[in-house]
Amino acid sequence: MSVPISWYLLLAAALFAIGTIGALTRRNGISIFLSIELMLNAANLTLVAYARQMDDRTGQLIVFFVMAVAAAEAAVGLALFIAVFRQRHTIDVNRMNLMRW
Amino acid sequence: METLIFALFAALALGSSIVVVTHKSPIYATLSLVLTLFAVAALFVLLGAPFVGALQILVYAGAIVVLFLFVIMLLNVQKEETAHGSRGPQLWTAIVGAVVFLGMMGLVFWRSGSPAVPPLTAESVSLKALARELFSTYLLPFEIVGLLLLVAVIGATVAARRPDALDRIGEGGEPEYLSGDEPRTDPLKSLPDPHRPSVAEPAYKEATS
Amino acid sequence: MNPEVVSAILKYGVMFAVFINVAPIMNWVERRVCAFIQDRPGPNRVGPLGLFQPLADAAKFMFKEDVTPSAADKPLYLMAPALALFPAFTTFVVIPFGPDLITAAGRRIPLMVANVDTGVLLFLALSSLSVYSLVMAGYASNNKFSLLGSIRASAQLISYELALTLAVLAVIIPVGSFNLADVVAYQQTHLWSFIPQIIGFLVFLIASFAETNRLPFDLPEAESELVAGFHTEYGSMRFALFFQAEYTNMAALSALGVTLYFGGWTLPGIDFPNNWLGAALGLATLVGKIIFCMMVFVWIRWTFPRFRYDQLMRLGWKVLLPLAIFNLILVAAMTLAGWL
Repeated sequence: MSVPISWYLLLAAALFAIGTIGALTRRNGISIFLSIELMLNAANLTLVAYARQMDDRTGQLIVFFVMAVAAAEAAVGLALFIAVFRQRHTIDVNRMNLMRW
Repeated sequence: METLIFALFAALALGSSIVVVTHKSPIYATLSLVLTLFAVAALFVLLGAPFVGALQILVYAGAIVVLFLFVIMLLNVQKEETAHGSRGPQLWTAIVGAVVFLGMMGLVFWRSGSPAVPPLTAESVSLKALARELFSTYLLPFEIVGLLLLVAVIGATVAARRPDALDRIGEGGEPEYLSGDEPRTDPLKSLPDPHRPSVAEPAYKEATS
Repeated sequence: MNPEVVSAILKYGVMFAVFINVAPIMNWVERRVCAFIQDRPGPNRVGPLGLFQPLADAAKFMFKEDVTPSAADKPLYLMAPALALFPAFTTFVVIPFGPDLITAAGRRIPLMVANVDTGVLLFLALSSLSVYSLVMAGYASNNKFSLLGSIRASAQLISYELALTLAVLAVIIPVGSFNLADVVAYQQTHLWSFIPQIIGFLVFLIASFAETNRLPFDLPEAESELVAGFHTEYGSMRFALFFQAEYTNMAALSALGVTLYFGGWTLPGIDFPNNWLGAALGLATLVGKIIFCMMVFVWIRWTFPRFRYDQLMRLGWKVLLPLAIFNLILVAAMTLAGWL
């Protein structure tokens, strides 16, 4: 018996929800970043599942581009973390409050 | 058989993603992310995309997460201290929201049903066909992504650089520190110990002075 | 059971039997060859020519006291040596070890555990996971030297991975397929790839020394530099696991190198029959070439001094990477011109 594609989509939705919870509730900057990567992965899984269902390889190619963009984003984001850490000696996002009123 | 494999890797992905989001130590969270990426790569292969699965391990698990680990070790990120009080209701709201979201998605999928998918053939998973499509229809996005990666490399190198005199021109006054009077040094370079001579000074200077 | 699954298990069994014996044999070979180069006898007490030395070493490892540092991060500390074996014993599934078997029923069985379109990519992906065991070992040991050793080792690994991947890519361009069986078939009709792509071969060779943490790139685990680098706090069986993982990684990377550049299981001009005899001959040829490659590894280890860390990084980024890119462009041009 073959696995219905909706199960993959539901799993991807669950991963996305878990990633969102992580991104919204964590204080550590790196943990927020990890949750964002989890959300990107959930989106990738959705794309590949639909590529399989519609028998169109475009989904896989979009995943290819998403991965490249995620790599670029991770590199720049972590470089920014290092730059912020030099100034503030922390990456706790609750402490990045210079512009608050 | 396919259902068994799917169930195994789906459970692995869900379990390790929950660990990513909840564990206090960032190193454990990162290593759980590797496990999640592995499980998702296996699901990609099950969905007839072995190239994307191999790329996932090569790029995501083999490079991006290593970058995360490096930065965690460089900045010596500690375990997150448990916050004071206001986390309980926040977490419960998040979980309830997630359950509602999943319930809605489940309802949508149950109502729309899944069409039967044709079994995978050697042609549908072939790398040659994928590559042909990538380099003909999607050539422009491919080149643009290459340019994007170049820009990201340059940007990351510039952003993480130690600030030199040129970068300090626009600064006026003391930047805000968190705790009292900390000396204005680069936290990524250790402070020189006033009681030990620095390495650059030759030892014979003491004798001749 | 699905016959595909059964045949995959049998093929993996054959490859596993070959690769599990690498570590003890290499232990003996390394010490005898090192002694020969240094003009001294080497192990010669335990059995004739010291041949039972690996057995003595195994017994020593098993009976040694197992010490765990009290402040170490226990789960990571215990998992790191086991994780080191994972890339070592999964990467060689894409290496073909003989001609296709044609059974009595007329079915064609390719002698490769994983006959997938993305063969080489899978190899590179799984071997890039060896960074994690280093990082875990160094971090979990709660020891300054281990941490420094592991950070240096992981930086070294990811730097040289790029040059390695580009060199491999250059071999794939004239072949047109990532599947290693196609690479071997291409080399049966054309020259062995190391002749037209000698620059790429040199880049691959140097990068594979760096990937396996072997001299002249073994700063992360050098005894005189950082105590013992990332495996300082590991004794007895755990150290034996790291040791085994390192030699098996060496063997797997040598297998990839001989398959890409030296024709894999084929010999020039000789056509192996498509039956069990041909398979045995193919496996023997492949193992012979791997042994030759491992001897080169050992020879270079005991000939050259070690690279300093900054020299190592400079070599990886400023020398090997441009050379690998140049090789890639050259091979692409030659393929377009029709020479390859």
